[in-house]
This record gives sequence, structure tokens and C-alpha cells, in this order.
Amino acid sequence: MITSEKQVLDEGGIERALARIAHEILERNQGTAHLTLVGIRTRGVFLAERLQTKLSRIEKKEIPVGILDITLYRDDLSEIGPKPELHETNIPFNLKGKIVVLVDDVLFTGRTIRAALDGLIDFGRPKAIQLAVLVDRGYRELPIKADYVGKNVPTAFQDKVIIRLKETDGKDEAVISEGDKS
Amino acid sequence: MTQNGKLNWKRKDLLGLRDLSTEEIELILDTAKSFSEVSQREVKKVPVMRGKTVVNLFLEPSTRTRVSFELAEKRLSADTISMASAGSSMTKGESLWDTIANIEALKVDIIVMRHGSSGAPHRVSNYTKCGIVNAGDGINEHPTQGLLDIFTLRELKGKIKGLKVVFVGDILHSRVARSNIWGLTKLGAEVVICGPKTLIPWGIEELGVKVIHDVKKAIDGADAVTLLRIQMERQNETLFPSIREYASTFGMNTELFKCAKPDAILMHPGPVNRGVEIESALADSPQSYILKQVTNGIAVRMAVLYLLSGALKNEK
Repeated sequence: MITSEKQVLDEGGIERALARIAHEILERNQGTAHLTLVGIRTRGVFLAERLQTKLSRIEKKEIPVGILDITLYRDDLSEIGPKPELHETNIPFNLKGKIVVLVDDVLFTGRTIRAALDGLIDFGRPKAIQLAVLVDRGYRELPIKADYVGKNVPTAFQDKVIIRLKETDGKDEAVISEGDKS
Repeated sequence: MTQNGKLNWKRKDLLGLRDLSTEEIELILDTAKSFSEVSQREVKKVPVMRGKTVVNLFLEPSTRTRVSFELAEKRLSADTISMASAGSSMTKGESLWDTIANIEALKVDIIVMRHGSSGAPHRVSNYTKCGIVNAGDGINEHPTQGLLDIFTLRELKGKIKGLKVVFVGDILHSRVARSNIWGLTKLGAEVVICGPKTLIPWGIEELGVKVIHDVKKAIDGADAVTLLRIQMERQNETLFPSIREYASTFGMNTELFKCAKPDAILMHPGPVNRGVEIESALADSPQSYILKQVTNGIAVRMAVLYLLSGALKNEK
């Protein structure tokens, strides 16, 4: 099997998409009151941190960022074994009455987001939860929609969308890796 | 065996730290670290073991361990039932094998078991498809207690390798000490054992520990000191002159504890006998992490149950 990669976002593209999302978040919520960011492990966390930097630069206010590991809320957990490796969730603030912007890298079936919504509710009842993703590639299996999208990317179901970020992968880009069509 | 360089858990049973590799111990500790956050949430529950059933079969008295296991199971959303020997059919003459076979017939996934005989869970684990967690067998092992002691130590000191850990008290009857010795030596700690000669098992040095009978010398420069209770219920012969004599020779107090490192931590697996192995003021001092151990116990037991339930799925 030969796989080829097609770049859909480069470093500048990711930077501009996040800058736009930051402005959209502020516009929609009319500032940063009660605003919190929660990144989904692993890459959602880095995107949430980048959004935090941009938001504080624009509004001159510090916005709290939480880290969510959705492993414990996966809907396939009873079907798979051995159990997936668990990482730490760290949301050091109560979500009661907060506007939570959930941040992830790729929106695909929506199952990760469903798990994340279940997880968030266990930290208190937020006023609202909004969803920001860098790439929306379609093929939803659940009724879930993003509020802020970096880029809509048409894909084939078997394709893989790979996000690389400087924090973990040494460079910033989003690529489509063509899957096996058989 | 590994996926992305990380170990995959394959065991359906946790019988003792003796059987575990260093990597397996570290996997439990890392998983426990992730679980420790769950007990601090507004909703202290995660849907990991929904639809799984756990039976706590405690054939010897226990409060701390049983309550800790029950809470861990409930916080993982498992259905749990606790059984004690009094009030069960075992008082009517049913054998342990039949009890286990009946529990298995009820479609139970994991049995958490405490038994007065060393090796009982090991025997049982060969006869059943249920996962077996050893919650203490005779004087052999108490793996989850050993793991939570090591977890507490690692959380406070950041590492285990190179630490000097001293156990003072009744080592002969202590399954907690044995589990700690297996685990700590595997992770590279220096383990020192101290107590009356009659309460130190013969040949314990073969496990890679040092035996020093003088308390002052034993705890000199220690990073952690764990005190163990004198287990009167397991002694049917006189192994030392009197409790008072023991307290004055081996009892830990604030003055004596100064021989350890200034930032040394004091641990005790409980139940504590104040005034015997430990001076009351020391038990309540800031260097005492006895209650932290209890809190950490839940996270460690959640981690064990989580990992074991993944391996059960593999067997079917």
C-alpha cells in the first residue's frame, strides 16, 4: 500500500485559522466573562493553549485552560482490551456557570466529542459548551456540530487526517493521508 | 506485548507484587496517578466498569481495605456486593472452591478476596475465569497496600530509585511488608528491615533487604519510615516479653524520628496502635502521611480494577 500525503494547512494557515477562531469566540461571547478553554488530549490541549495566548493578547485577560482525557468515557471501552493507556485529566476549576470552549484537532465521527461532553458535565454544570476544531472532515455518526471550524476539509471515509503541531511533532501542518480504497 | 512503546496489561489476576515486572508496577502507578483526580471532582464517578460486577469476599476482618475497594468499584460504576465469612454459607460448611464456583455461576467479573491462608487466592485463580484481586492472604502479600505505599512515596519524593525505606515492627506476620519489599526492591529502593529478632523472618535478606535490629541505626538517613503493627491475633506463642517493652524499644517518637532525614516521611498501613508502635503526637505530625495513604488507596485500587477488567475481555 502506497500512501501519499496532501497538505491542507501549513504553519501560516493554522496560525491564521486560530487567530480567526479567537476573534469569533470573543465576538460570539461578547468578551471573556466566564470563558474557559478545555483541550482534549493530546493535540487539543496545545491548540487550547495557543487560543489562550491569542485571547489574552486581545483582551488582556487570563483565561483558564483545562485538560481533558476522554479515555474513561469512550463508548467502545467495554469492547476493547487491553484497556487503553490512561492520561491525567486536569481541570482545576469548577465549570458551574462557565462558558466552556472545548478544543480538539479533528472533528470526524463525533464520538470523541460525545465522550468529552459526558466528561465535562462531571466537573459541574456549565452555562454553555461550545466546540472549536482545527479541521472538520465530515462523516458524523452522532448529531454533533462545531461552533468554530479552522477549515472544512472534504475527505474520503478511509482517509486519515493528520495534524502535526510543533509541541509534539516539530512542525505545524494538517495533511490528508489517503487510505486504502479497497 | 507493547503498543507505542507502552506495556499492555495481560493479567486477569493481581496476586502479588512478587509476580509483577518493574514495567507492570510502573503501569499501575501511572494509571493510578490518572485516577487520583476522579475523587476530587464534583461527580466522583466515571463510567468505566458499567455493567461489570465485582464481589468483595472478605474472609478475614477488614474495614479500611474493604471500604477502599468498595469505593473504588463504585467510582468506576461497577456493581458491587460485599461478603464476609460470618453470615455466608461458609459457616454452614461450604468449601472455598464451592463458594468461588457459585460466585462465578452468578456471572461475576472480578472477585476481590481476603483470606487467612497464604496462597489461597493463587490457588483459586487457577480454578476460575473471574479475575482475582488479592486483598491480603495470610502472611504472604497484600499487593494493593504495597502499591499504594509505593505510590504515596513516589508522589511525595518524585521517584523510588535510590530512596532508603525502613520498615519497623512485626515483619514476620506482615503481608504489607512483603508486598512492599518485592515492589520497592524491583524499583531500585534500598530497603531496611528493623524489629525484634523473633519478628524478623529467617532468611529475609535473600529478598535483597538489609536487617538492622537497632532502630536508631536502621532509620539513620532514611527517606521514609513505615511502622507496622504488632499482629497479636496471629501470634500463638510469646515472641517478645511485653507490649510495653516493645513500645519502649521499637516505638517511634518525635525525638527518635529525627535520626531520619529532615524531610523523611512517616507511613503506616493501619490500623494504628497509638502508644505502641507510634507516639500519638508523631502520628498527627506534618511528617505523617498515614491519611494520605488511605486517600491514595482508592486511586490505586481503581487502577488495578481498570487494568484487570481489560484483560478479562481478552479471554472470552
